[in-house]
Amino acid sequence: MHQPIKFYQTGTFTVGNRLLAPDLRSVQSSPDRSNALNSGHRACQGCGEALGARYAVDAALRAADGQLIAANATGCLEVFSTPYPETSWQLPWIHSLFGNAAAVGTGIAAALKVKAIKAGQARSPVRVIAQGGDGGTTDIGFGCLSGMFERNDDVLYICYDNEAYMNTGVQRSSATPPAARTATTMPVGAEPGAAFDQGKDLPQIAMAHEIPYVATATVADLRDLEAKVERAMSIRGARYLHVLVPCPLGWGAASHDTIRLARLARETGLFPVFEGEHGEVVSVSKIRNRVPVDEYLRPQKRFAHLFGSPGRPDMLERIQARADRNIRRFGLLDAEAAS
Amino acid sequence: MTMRKPFAITLDVGSSLANHTGSWRTSRPVYVDRLPPCNAQCPAGEDIQGWLYHAEGGDYEAAWRHLTRENPFPAIMGRVCYHSCEGACNRGKLDAAVGINSVERFLGDQALASGWRFDPPATESGKHVLVVGAGPSGMSAAYHLRRLGHRVTVLEAGPMTGGMMRFGIPKYRLPRDVLDAEMQRIVAMGVEVKLNHKVSNIAHAMTEHRADAAFLAVGAHIGKRTFIPAGDSARVLDAVSVLRSMEGEDKPMLGRRVVVYGGGNTAIDVARTAKRLGATEAIIVYRRTREKMPAHDFEVEEALQEGVMVKWLSTIKKAGDEGLTIEKMRLDEKGNPQPTGEFETLEADSVVLALGQDVDLSLLEGVEGLEVRDGVVQVDPETMMTGHPGLFAGGDMVPAQRNVTVAVGHGKKAARHIDAWLRGQRHEAPAKHAPATFERLNPWYYTDAPHIVRPQLEVARRVSSFDEVQGGLTEDNALFEARRCLSCGNCFECDNCYGVCPDNAVIKLGAGKRFAINLDYCKGCGVCAAECPCGAIEMVAEEI
Repeated sequence: MHQPIKFYQTGTFTVGNRLLAPDLRSVQSSPDRSNALNSGHRACQGCGEALGARYAVDAALRAADGQLIAANATGCLEVFSTPYPETSWQLPWIHSLFGNAAAVGTGIAAALKVKAIKAGQARSPVRVIAQGGDGGTTDIGFGCLSGMFERNDDVLYICYDNEAYMNTGVQRSSATPPAARTATTMPVGAEPGAAFDQGKDLPQIAMAHEIPYVATATVADLRDLEAKVERAMSIRGARYLHVLVPCPLGWGAASHDTIRLARLARETGLFPVFEGEHGEVVSVSKIRNRVPVDEYLRPQKRFAHLFGSPGRPDMLERIQARADRNIRRFGLLDAEAAS
Repeated sequence: MTMRKPFAITLDVGSSLANHTGSWRTSRPVYVDRLPPCNAQCPAGEDIQGWLYHAEGGDYEAAWRHLTRENPFPAIMGRVCYHSCEGACNRGKLDAAVGINSVERFLGDQALASGWRFDPPATESGKHVLVVGAGPSGMSAAYHLRRLGHRVTVLEAGPMTGGMMRFGIPKYRLPRDVLDAEMQRIVAMGVEVKLNHKVSNIAHAMTEHRADAAFLAVGAHIGKRTFIPAGDSARVLDAVSVLRSMEGEDKPMLGRRVVVYGGGNTAIDVARTAKRLGATEAIIVYRRTREKMPAHDFEVEEALQEGVMVKWLSTIKKAGDEGLTIEKMRLDEKGNPQPTGEFETLEADSVVLALGQDVDLSLLEGVEGLEVRDGVVQVDPETMMTGHPGLFAGGDMVPAQRNVTVAVGHGKKAARHIDAWLRGQRHEAPAKHAPATFERLNPWYYTDAPHIVRPQLEVARRVSSFDEVQGGLTEDNALFEARRCLSCGNCFECDNCYGVCPDNAVIKLGAGKRFAINLDYCKGCGVCAAECPCGAIEMVAEEI
């Protein structure tokens, strides 16, 4: 392989790169980034959601030229950022209920539309995002979200998926993976945890609505995440972004492993990273160095019962089979790497 | 507050900045600098990572100036240095080591093509230092001493500068125009070089030149002999003389079948030279195996490609009229060669002995305090000073590995200590950082990028001429190669820590100024340290 001269030591894997032209640099590398979610928030050490939210909202703010309003579901993100009367948000931000963030977003978008019409404008320059955790999105807010998709309301909905209700003490959500221990899925019995081989895959459900744009991302690949936010913001109508955000507390992982775990989720194939438009997958992020699922599961105490003696090698096999299926289904390996 | 508030609102909105989450912390991130393995390995003490940093950005002159703070001969180094730095390079554990040597050569050639010069010293110290020998060690010392403001006179016994670089290294490895240019650049700083000036007594020479101190680097130019019973017609030569005579008008007469006795780099150089002089067979006779050979493997490989043959596990017993008598050897348990009593005959027009070199120490006679052991002058390894105050020595005449880079390093080290000694002080080298090991890196972040192979001359062209064997890199390749550096152990401002902090607690100080931690908000999660590609952040426990 002979690379042309455009090789910058770390490519685009790191946050910044001094050798890149300024307009090609990431939002997060800029000393002037918005820091939409400011310091002093009460998220745990190494919180993936706090990081993912700043990555996504800063990128959306840049794309909207600072003209952005956010509706927020109940959940960690809301609780740790805005204990009354204090807030970490540095943009117009509203919290209403656990399950209605998508509907509140829809309402804001409708109000902006009316204001624009009254002002004689074609459309408002102000853009809207709605955001929440996996509980507020895949369970409680699912009806409102599906309605927002179906009506093609002009809102970007961002789900920060940490695979359980962390704020209330780690209860299972419909995004909790099979075999994972939570306060409500203790590792007892033959088949603890969520059911294998089925579940509620929200990115796929969003795709089934055939909305203009659906994408998944992780906090381990900032450039990819920012590119997807920018692409989403360039489109009008209902858009959905699903970001995997590891939770040190809920997953029983070291606080410094947040990004590593997100990276491993992708590299095992357990979390497929892709982009879809109008119901069709248009791009996938290929696995760079494929690793077995053990490497991802072992550092997380929520999977501790799968390891040791006797452990559950049968379940590890089934988790590996899930990863393998994703790899096949989304074509996550390069032809070269697959052979 | 008299402001009217909406229904059920009693408090003003406040920023979470009031909430100093830094109080949660049990350990804090600390930026560190570590010693990269390349720098640690370099016998000349180059800041390799430092000059690669400039080269990565395409600022070749800055890279060259940074490099030449330690070593004034990048074009020579890029050709003859055995680049042990590359053997130590952490990237070798990832794909292949960074081609440091080829980038160094590129910078050296770039400097020669662009005519970059060294600045003369800003002030003169008024001191005068005598350097004996214009080889790599002597000229390196002269350069560093001159930079420090001292007057320098180099006395060279031979007719040209360069020492063993000229009289020991064949042209196909080091073209003479390159050697001349890098030597001349030092003379241009105001260093006086007196050629054909053999010093027979150092004490007299110092008095005569009114020198305040002296650095001796006369090299090792006397070929070692071994007793081989030889008939009248046998032609036995020594390697140093053969290589030296390559510089003169009369090329050595070696004949069509040349046997070289020895297993070092010099033996290889002679065999390859013999091939180029038209020998149909150049055979190296060496008493051990290839694994035990002191010559560098890549040179052995190049020699074999060129058709040089090697008789392993063999010694020469006799050089008679009917040819050489060779005895087969075997290795004992300790790996030492033992005779087997099996003999064979090898035809040869000449035998060249490449069995090592001795130092001509006659100039030191009568100097007090000197200690000579094993044929070399003993020096304090910290300062390079001999037992005689003010008399320093380096290069092949002191106990050390004998190669150009070690010699250049001696010259630099001696110059710094001579400078301090002249001021009645002692030079203290700054403490070295802890090593930057591979285990401390987060290699995920580095783009996959295999090593660029330097173009090599076709074998057919190599054996028929003394053209340079190893080609250089183009600018594209050199830039690519420089950018493969991982910057082990030292921040290269990739912004990762600044980006990955969930608490915005990393402060970006601007280009070249790196980062700081805002301890008011840093919760001590350690993500910055875990995701630092080059291992330049350490988590340190807080005192609680």
